[in-house]
Amino acid sequence: MIDFLKRFSRNRGALIGALILITVVLLAVFAPLIYPDSPWKMVQRPFLPPFSTEGLPLGTDTLGRDVAAGLVYGARVSLIVGLVSTLVALLIGVPLGAFAGFYGGLIDDGAMRFTEFFQTIPNFALAIVLVAILEPTLPTITLAIAIVSWPPVARLVRAEVLSLRKREFVEAARLAGLSNTRILFGHVLPNAMSPIIVMASLMVATAILLESSLSFLGLGDPNIMSWGYMIGAARTVIRSAWWLSFIPGVAILLTVLALNLIGEGLNDALNPRLARKGR
Amino acid sequence: MEPVLSIRDMAISLPPGADRDFAVQDISFDLNAGEILCVVGESGSGKSMTANALMGLLPDQVEVARGTAHFEGRDIMALPESERRKLRGDRIGMIFQEPMTALNPLMRIGDQITEVFEAHNRHSPSERREKALALIREVGLPDPDKIIRAYPFQLSGGQRQRAIIAMALALDPAILIADEPTTALDVTTQAQILDLIKTIQQRHGMAVMFITHDFGVVAEIADRVIVMRYGEIVEHGTASEVLENPQHAYTRALLKAIPTDSVPTPDPVTAPPVLEVRNLRKTFVTSGGFFRPTRSVTAIDGVSFSIARGEVLGIVGESGSGKSTVGRAIVRLVEADSGEVILDGQDMNALSASELRSARRRVQMIFQDPYASLNPRKKILHALSEGPIVQGVAKDRAHARARELLEIVELDAGAAERYPHEFSGGQRQRIGIARALAMDPDLIIADEAVSALDVSIQAQVLNLLRDLQKRLNLSLMFITHDMRVAAQLCDRVAVMQHGKLVEIGPVAEVFLSPKADYTRSLLAAVPGTDWLEGAA
Repeated sequence: MIDFLKRFSRNRGALIGALILITVVLLAVFAPLIYPDSPWKMVQRPFLPPFSTEGLPLGTDTLGRDVAAGLVYGARVSLIVGLVSTLVALLIGVPLGAFAGFYGGLIDDGAMRFTEFFQTIPNFALAIVLVAILEPTLPTITLAIAIVSWPPVARLVRAEVLSLRKREFVEAARLAGLSNTRILFGHVLPNAMSPIIVMASLMVATAILLESSLSFLGLGDPNIMSWGYMIGAARTVIRSAWWLSFIPGVAILLTVLALNLIGEGLNDALNPRLARKGR
Repeated sequence: MEPVLSIRDMAISLPPGADRDFAVQDISFDLNAGEILCVVGESGSGKSMTANALMGLLPDQVEVARGTAHFEGRDIMALPESERRKLRGDRIGMIFQEPMTALNPLMRIGDQITEVFEAHNRHSPSERREKALALIREVGLPDPDKIIRAYPFQLSGGQRQRAIIAMALALDPAILIADEPTTALDVTTQAQILDLIKTIQQRHGMAVMFITHDFGVVAEIADRVIVMRYGEIVEHGTASEVLENPQHAYTRALLKAIPTDSVPTPDPVTAPPVLEVRNLRKTFVTSGGFFRPTRSVTAIDGVSFSIARGEVLGIVGESGSGKSTVGRAIVRLVEADSGEVILDGQDMNALSASELRSARRRVQMIFQDPYASLNPRKKILHALSEGPIVQGVAKDRAHARARELLEIVELDAGAAERYPHEFSGGQRQRIGIARALAMDPDLIIADEAVSALDVSIQAQVLNLLRDLQKRLNLSLMFITHDMRVAAQLCDRVAVMQHGKLVEIGPVAEVFLSPKADYTRSLLAAVPGTDWLEGAA
């Protein structure tokens, strides 16, 4: 574990990413303490530019709402959607891929055709359709994102399991009379954890992007302030008040960038042999 | 005589954090025209690094720290990359260890040979083809007109190695570097390739630097020998000096560790059989889908034998002979098509999946690859006790037994709390043995259990196996490709070829008066046979 932290911190990008992410998480967690009022509340006259009024560091939007408050509350939505949808995607993808790879044959064929069915539909289109059919609320948006993002997980886990199940330690476990489930969950899957963790960190980033895109199109939860909604609402005034789209855009950029940096750092730290070469 | 290549005081530095600062240091030697210089050492001794440094093929972050290598009047270590590239393939040729990966799978053999001429701007295209044909003929590949248009996958391992030798010879280099060129080959093929390298060397008057770990090979071809350990040259001399009168203790230890041909006379087997295999058959079928025909390979073709309690039966054969499949079919890691595997009166092949799970305890396996056979994420204690616990042994007792077993295989009891990556290959193989013993089996199958180990470690593990076998009266089925190892450990030996049992009998009989032609050719191909017989 200490070894892992040492290797992770050797990657400067990953450290910066971790710092940004921690800041975003802290802001999101303490949002109600920093801004006790609702982010939807009008506090001043509209279109105040940043740094022009005391108490409103990022100015106000088209309806006179505090942009800073919106940003902080929007972080909550982004993070929750990103995390929960990734967890749900893992819950679908990992077992499916694991069973497909481990048992092979018909189970593998069935599971992979099912996965391909989802892979052939463009992610974003499917997410829009799902949210449009269901009502756009936080849980349904999360679910829609999870449903479009599990297929790569299933394929990755299947590939890992396929190569691991031929290893001699798995055969040794089989000779010891272990049951298939015990071999799969006790011996095979733990050895496939590293790539899954790396992929998950990158999936959180794409989930945040997806959520923002949905809210930008007006398919977000109408009762929740989110970054995508802020950009979408400000796009009509982009010529007169460009910062209203710019500021939440930067927030998305930084968070996604942070997650990608962390993902790469994790990759280096978890696969030290690949990472050390030629730097 | 003027040496072709003379290396002085060379050192190659490793990246920080490696187990030592220098891969090799204080390396000085000469390579003379028309001689074969063997560089011998165990894994990690730096012998391959030395060759790669000469070719300019060092991995990232590994570089030549100091020293010179004079070749044709120039120090090649000081040359710029463009000059060195001109030397490579032209004046210095190289043969690699893995014939399976050293050729481009998408290029025809002829194109790969002519590419060497092309890279150095020699000859016109039609001349190149003629030269390629001549080379293919020279290295003894059959049917040159066909081979020139063949893809690597259409050739066997030995044929590929010949093709690689043809490429290395293309521009008639002054030096040929061969990095373990026969290690991946079967013993009969190895003998042919060694022969080829020797004739070619004599015909062209080249200097050959031959890297190997096998003293049998050294005895077969070397004029002079360098013995390396931990990146330093420990002994240097002519082949006969080093082999017959080694000066350094390490060389003596290495030579002593080589399994000899002296065959022990085992007691005749009288005990009742533990295992009886009757008419076992297995054919692997790859289904072809819609457009391809199905392919089938017969791995086991009606094999029958028995192993008595307390007996060691060796199964020897070359790769593809089906010897490993027999072992795996007995434990049902591979399902046999037909035949009986009778263990104490119970047919293993007839058991249902759930019956099998509890019966599995009775036959255990020791695997070949000490790095792949232990789960890297589980502690040793867990590896040794999980099986017994699943079979219903109480946790405390299983743990106590695991610690006891570690002592039996001569490891520290503290090893229980550590992870596999903290152990060396030999230690891991001991853990593998302990794991097999933990299940208290009636029969242990060792599948190439010492093949991946260095010769000195191999000797230790073999000694341990022999001790344990005597002390615990184990029944052992020992699968190996190495005739000498089999001779050392086994009571009886079975020789397999193309899935069939060619010969079976007591070791002395099979080795000293073999009946089958195939056994005779196998025995004759073992490198260094003459030298060992002379020594014995």
